[in-house]
Amino acid sequence: MTNILLDGSPKTPTVHFDSETGVLELRGRSIPENSIEFYKPLIDWIDQYARNPKPQTQLRVQLEYFNTSSSKCILDLFKKLENVRSSGNEVQVLWHYETDDEDMLEAGEDYQAIISLPFKMIQVEEVDKK
Amino acid sequence: MIMVNRIFDLYDELEKQRIMLSFKGDLSPDLISAILNLVEQKLVVTEPEHRIRKRVFNVVMECLQNLYHHNRSGTITKPEPTALDERQGVVMIAHDSSGYSVLTGNYMAKAEVSELKERLDQVNGCAPDQLRDLYKSRLGDGTFTRSGGGGLGIIDIARKSGRKLEYGFVPMDNDNTFFSLNVNVTT
Repeated sequence: MTNILLDGSPKTPTVHFDSETGVLELRGRSIPENSIEFYKPLIDWIDQYARNPKPQTQLRVQLEYFNTSSSKCILDLFKKLENVRSSGNEVQVLWHYETDDEDMLEAGEDYQAIISLPFKMIQVEEVDKK
Repeated sequence: MIMVNRIFDLYDELEKQRIMLSFKGDLSPDLISAILNLVEQKLVVTEPEHRIRKRVFNVVMECLQNLYHHNRSGTITKPEPTALDERQGVVMIAHDSSGYSVLTGNYMAKAEVSELKERLDQVNGCAPDQLRDLYKSRLGDGTFTRSGGGGLGIIDIARKSGRKLEYGFVPMDNDNTFFSLNVNVTT
């Protein structure tokens, strides 16, 4: 299957979903007015990936901002990854937050409370925006 | 027509209210990007604390997107017939020694007022940990609204503010109401 490689924009994140390595990255800002339109292809991609996943999958989330419109879509990404995990594969979420950004840490913890995937909270000086 | 000598009065009023940015008109996604960019640049100058900068930016972003998604077009019949441009709204950001206020206003359908008021009152009645629980349950319940957020916007705004949301409804005619919202972010 083809990988997803999208450059970030002022309102949408850099996306790199790699089916060869099992590393899925979401980086930058996710604040589009219409998040469903942006996330639909990403969610479909994971659906397809779930049919033949790597034994280990890692979702690296490194967001500076995300809006509430994106938050439901990001939850959907996690839910699709729950399917990958329930079929016996290892899935891990790396949730990055900036040192003084307790709001972003809380946001990660909120997902962690809802989703049955192992989360690792990673504190960074500054999120990688590129 | 506005008299030329009123320009100073308008300017003076904005100054007195400590408005650092104001916009009235139609909002498009490009315009929202431009305003957010401007807000971000101004905050770098006015706000030393990174965490507060991010909170204010978040509140402004959610407020602008609320305006974009929920504004109403149509015609106001009172006090005099006026056509509403689609997505016409007003946004102002005030800054003084106690912090920031994000003020927005827009027309909405009168029929939707009671539901919105209920949601605002619910959020205002919550302690911070209750707000967090409300956010989580609304996030996890699987419903999407027209804007995709599933009614999370107001909860998120209240969480980032940490203060009660101040709001008002001004009835315009049988079908339309003007909704005002003031979100404070204290420093």
